[in-house]
Amino acid sequence: MLEHINTSLIDWSRAQFALTAIYHWIFVPLTLGLAVIMGIMETMYYRTGDEFWKRTAKFWMKLFGINFAVGVATGLILEFEFGTNWSNYSWFVGDIFGAPLAIEGILAFFMEATFIAVMFFGWDKVSRKFHLASTWLTGLGATISAWWILVANAWMQNPVGMEFNPDTVRNEMVDFWAVALSPTAVNKFFHTVLSGWVLGAVFVVGVACWFLLKKRDKKFALSSIKIAAWVGLVSAVLSAWTGDGSGYQVAQTQPMKLAAMEGYYEGQQGAGLVAIGMLNPEKKTYDDGQAPFLFRMEIPKMLSLLAERKMDAFVPGITDLLEGGYELKDGTKALSAEEKIERGKTAIAALAAYRDAKLAGNEEDAKIAAKTLKENVAYFGYGYIKDVNDLVPNVPLTFYAFRVMVMLGGYFILFFIVILFLVYKRDLSKMKWMHWVALLTIPLGYLAGQAGWVVAECGRQPWAIQDMLPVNAAISKLDVGSVQTTFFIFLVLFTIMLIAEIGILLKAIKKGPENN
Amino acid sequence: MKNTIQKIWRFYVDGFRGMTLGKTLWLIILVKLFIMFFILRIFFFPNYLNSSAVGEDKEEYVSRELIDRALGDPPSSTPD
Repeated sequence: MLEHINTSLIDWSRAQFALTAIYHWIFVPLTLGLAVIMGIMETMYYRTGDEFWKRTAKFWMKLFGINFAVGVATGLILEFEFGTNWSNYSWFVGDIFGAPLAIEGILAFFMEATFIAVMFFGWDKVSRKFHLASTWLTGLGATISAWWILVANAWMQNPVGMEFNPDTVRNEMVDFWAVALSPTAVNKFFHTVLSGWVLGAVFVVGVACWFLLKKRDKKFALSSIKIAAWVGLVSAVLSAWTGDGSGYQVAQTQPMKLAAMEGYYEGQQGAGLVAIGMLNPEKKTYDDGQAPFLFRMEIPKMLSLLAERKMDAFVPGITDLLEGGYELKDGTKALSAEEKIERGKTAIAALAAYRDAKLAGNEEDAKIAAKTLKENVAYFGYGYIKDVNDLVPNVPLTFYAFRVMVMLGGYFILFFIVILFLVYKRDLSKMKWMHWVALLTIPLGYLAGQAGWVVAECGRQPWAIQDMLPVNAAISKLDVGSVQTTFFIFLVLFTIMLIAEIGILLKAIKKGPENN
Repeated sequence: MKNTIQKIWRFYVDGFRGMTLGKTLWLIILVKLFIMFFILRIFFFPNYLNSSAVGEDKEEYVSRELIDRALGDPPSSTPD
């Protein structure tokens, strides 16, 4: 029974996973972003032969190396947690989750490990061409790593290319390419990697402005700003575009997440997008009669356009998704949450009947149970839901995190345009106020990335695997005290690592490019 | 072939010897990996399905868990 599983165990396990993922994501996007920027700088060196570009590239490589060294392997802790805290999940996903992670580990990690050595040790030992190739391949290796991790994550958001095997109680991959190239994975990859490039650009512009603020290494700072700001502008614009693609995919496969992102309860045709709004904190459940907003300003029909590519399309709200009855694209009526729960229970009962029949050697009954299971397996996870309100994610968290991400995305576009204008048309080196703006923008780059992950991961609750397995079924029966202990161990460990990184980075930055 | 291997070996040895900041970074990496694999992994993050609470038949355990958590006490396939 579900009562056996303490909700505080679920909350602590989720908090622990969130903590490790948040820390991991501090290091990864900077690795991805700096890889591109230092690659461009070294390309400038390769093309011009100017030692200035070599020094510039080496300086940013040094910061890349520090970030890489402190961040490397922090993601492995997430895999530890799968095996310990989320063992039912780990078994249930079978090889689908394992295959992308194995490819990531073997192919991309070794690619990174090989070429990063040439990048750091190979100056003046290998040809300039080979060194340049190694620098780009290091970045490519990190990006391929990200691809496979995001494929695994995308599968949890939109499980495709698999079949559930009642004999092994595992999902088995039947179509590798459907998993590897699912539209959710493709959009997620580009959106996430581009957001990493934006962060890298924000970081380089901010650090370079620190040199201008200190009236040091002016040529180095301005040259770095020019390259980073172009990378930042292009990737911020592309990030907005891929964000739109991700939003469309969410609308198709995770409509509840989309509704939570918008604080959207009552579905309508020609639905508007909330530009600015404040949620009503008194609203607790979808049917409590409370208004969802204290105030809001909408862009008319925009939500329909973004979600369905049609101005007058119907977009279901939280109430519609729970009560069902609206018309789906294929002309059928949407099931209510209660109906889905019943079908989920039918699927799980069929799994029990199948295993009983197999144990008893009754092939005929097993065949009937397998058929029932197959007909209802799409709703398997709903069988664990006791209250339909549990199907609604944390609306305020998802709503505000989404707005933080989008507003910062817009701010970054404006920021890079202003920086480019000032660096080309004015004397940026004398504009102290802009140096401070650029420095203070660095933490905003991190905030935007974290807010994006909050939307992606909190917005899909209660699902560990969308519609297939909720977190209360995915979790291991652990002692909550042990999870609390490891939570605080991680908190201390990661904070020490972060302080170490910031300390070493600051020391390296203060030394500057000339003393590299 | 032997010459190439020697060159690669020298490349790495010289690279590691020439490191300044890199030595500190390697120390951080090694300490981190030690903590992760020899403390956290062994004492705090054992594979739950390999634990004695689960027993030999992991498949049976997970199916029992998945059925039990949704429907209550599972049918006769559940071992006592």
